Amino acid sequence: MRRSKIARWGLLPAAGEVPAPRRKLNLRPIGAQLFTVAVTLFGLLVLTFVIGRMMPADPVRAIVGEDATRETYEMVFRQLGLDRPIWEQFFIYLRDVLTGNFGVSIRTGQPVIQDILHVLPATIELATFAILIGATLGVTLGVVAAVNKDRWPDHLVRVFSLMGHSMPIFWTGMIGLLLFYAYFGWVGGSGRMESFYIGLVDDVTGFLLIDSIIAGDWDVFWSALNHLILPASILGYSSSAYITRMTRSFMLDQINQEYITTARVKGLSSRQTIWRHAFLNIRVQLVTIVALAYGSLLEGAVLIETVFAWPGFGQYLTSNLLIGDMNAVMTCVLIVGVIFIALNLISDMLYRIFDPRTR
Amino acid sequence: MSDTILDVKKLCVSYRGEGGYNHAVRNVSFTLGREKLGIVGESGSGKSTVGRALLRLLPTAEITAEKLRFEELDVLALREKEMLKVRGRRMSMILQDPKFSLNPIRRVGEQVAEAYLTHFKCSKAEARAKAISMLEAVQIRDCERVYDLYPHEVSGGMGQRIMIAMMLLTDPDLVIADEPTSALDVTVRLQVLNILDKLVSERGIGLIMISHDLNLVRNFCDRVLIMYAGQVVESLKASELHLAQHPYTQGLLAAQPRIGGGRGRLSVLNRRPEWKEPIEVQA
Repeated sequence: MRRSKIARWGLLPAAGEVPAPRRKLNLRPIGAQLFTVAVTLFGLLVLTFVIGRMMPADPVRAIVGEDATRETYEMVFRQLGLDRPIWEQFFIYLRDVLTGNFGVSIRTGQPVIQDILHVLPATIELATFAILIGATLGVTLGVVAAVNKDRWPDHLVRVFSLMGHSMPIFWTGMIGLLLFYAYFGWVGGSGRMESFYIGLVDDVTGFLLIDSIIAGDWDVFWSALNHLILPASILGYSSSAYITRMTRSFMLDQINQEYITTARVKGLSSRQTIWRHAFLNIRVQLVTIVALAYGSLLEGAVLIETVFAWPGFGQYLTSNLLIGDMNAVMTCVLIVGVIFIALNLISDMLYRIFDPRTR
Repeated sequence: MSDTILDVKKLCVSYRGEGGYNHAVRNVSFTLGREKLGIVGESGSGKSTVGRALLRLLPTAEITAEKLRFEELDVLALREKEMLKVRGRRMSMILQDPKFSLNPIRRVGEQVAEAYLTHFKCSKAEARAKAISMLEAVQIRDCERVYDLYPHEVSGGMGQRIMIAMMLLTDPDLVIADEPTSALDVTVRLQVLNILDKLVSERGIGLIMISHDLNLVRNFCDRVLIMYAGQVVESLKASELHLAQHPYTQGLLAAQPRIGGGRGRLSVLNRRPEWKEPIEVQA
């Protein structure tokens, strides 16, 4: 280890001095990472617990209603464990979460987790398609803009992505519906599928596309895809704006590097130089911003979900916040947190794959 | 004449700036046979720009010349597609610092082999074998292992030898070395130069050595061009450098410390505005 470091710094004469290759996968950073994840998760649980206790909404009143007697109120108060010391309440909460008990939703009377398992797949489906569209569009346009810096393709791309950034998404959504659904009739309207298909396919995974394939019902599959494509494109376009701008600036950084000159000197065409050399070097940075964009899409796009009557996570979270259904809200916050932690973990792992210097 | 690889007459490079053109290189003329030609000059004198203009690597610059003949080709008249077959195949360039000139996330061997794969139809295995034998030629031991290393895992000296291997692999006729040793330790410098010298002489390659190190060029090259403010102000045989006529060259020489020389102050170069006046030197 020591020897290889010295050689890398060029302190030893180079003749035949080959640093010992470190091909063995280094496990220590992965252990450290798992530890970080555990600490972050704990912090997240503390946070959701505090949110649940600090919110002005009275959980007891929400259950028993305005007209309940004092006895009923106190009975529920004790049932919820609110008479115990706060640290004990926290441990009870911790135990509940670890055993998968997230409490009952006041609004529906069902376990919160069951409700969420209905809405989350809808959002994941939408967000995944949206990020696929957004990343493909954004990265391609960003590279095109960087390669043609200050010429017309660059200006065109910049205007296009600025539009995606600045048009309010509910407006784009309505215009999209008006144009592609009402006028051209190319895509399905609101909801996840045509209303007469609802209930035809068993709810196995919650992902409609997958469920309809499992059921072998292709009509439902096409209907679902048809309904998905417009909201996903609009979300994708809006998130592509940021990806485009970042890709462009990452790419410009790389184009000015010396190794690009080397590639040109070797006789590679500009296209080969861009994709075989420059692009490989921006993957790490791209992973970061695409993961973040994906994260915020998974958080739920309330506006687009509302416009398209999409029964998703964003709508669920918002409506429960408004009525003060704290069990649901706490669980949603927890899930969003877990999503971000997971995305970070994945992008860290991709770093290791994409950049040999971090191994 | 058949021995002339490169014939340059009145090469000018200019950049469009605010209110007209900025001339980075003015009226540079020289010919090159199978020899080692040094171009020296201070920072910004245009020596690197000359090197890159020969390969047409300056996308934003305007390059003009009365004549820019590389073997049978009129370089300035070639279309970009034809130029791709010249670059890296018949004319290549060794860049300054392997820390920056090698792609950090690709294995060094792959990068060497890529130079071959770009110009010759062959399998990956053949290219790999070619690259490994070239790595051997630049005196890298244990080539098989070095092939799979990443640039951050090799030392500067080794990186530069890898660069040389990459650029000589296709057996070009002309190599431009743009400050090939200025990023290296003094101890490694000589070794790299020796390898370069040996390969260039063995294969009869024309070499243009761009450097700011007067002593290096004097010892390494056959002829020297001295550039100042975008022009060649003087052309000399390396062995006759002490006979320099131009005050700029004389000034440069006088500012060189010498082993065993006195310990007094070295003279300081006094730049004169008239040195920037148009001057034509044929070399």
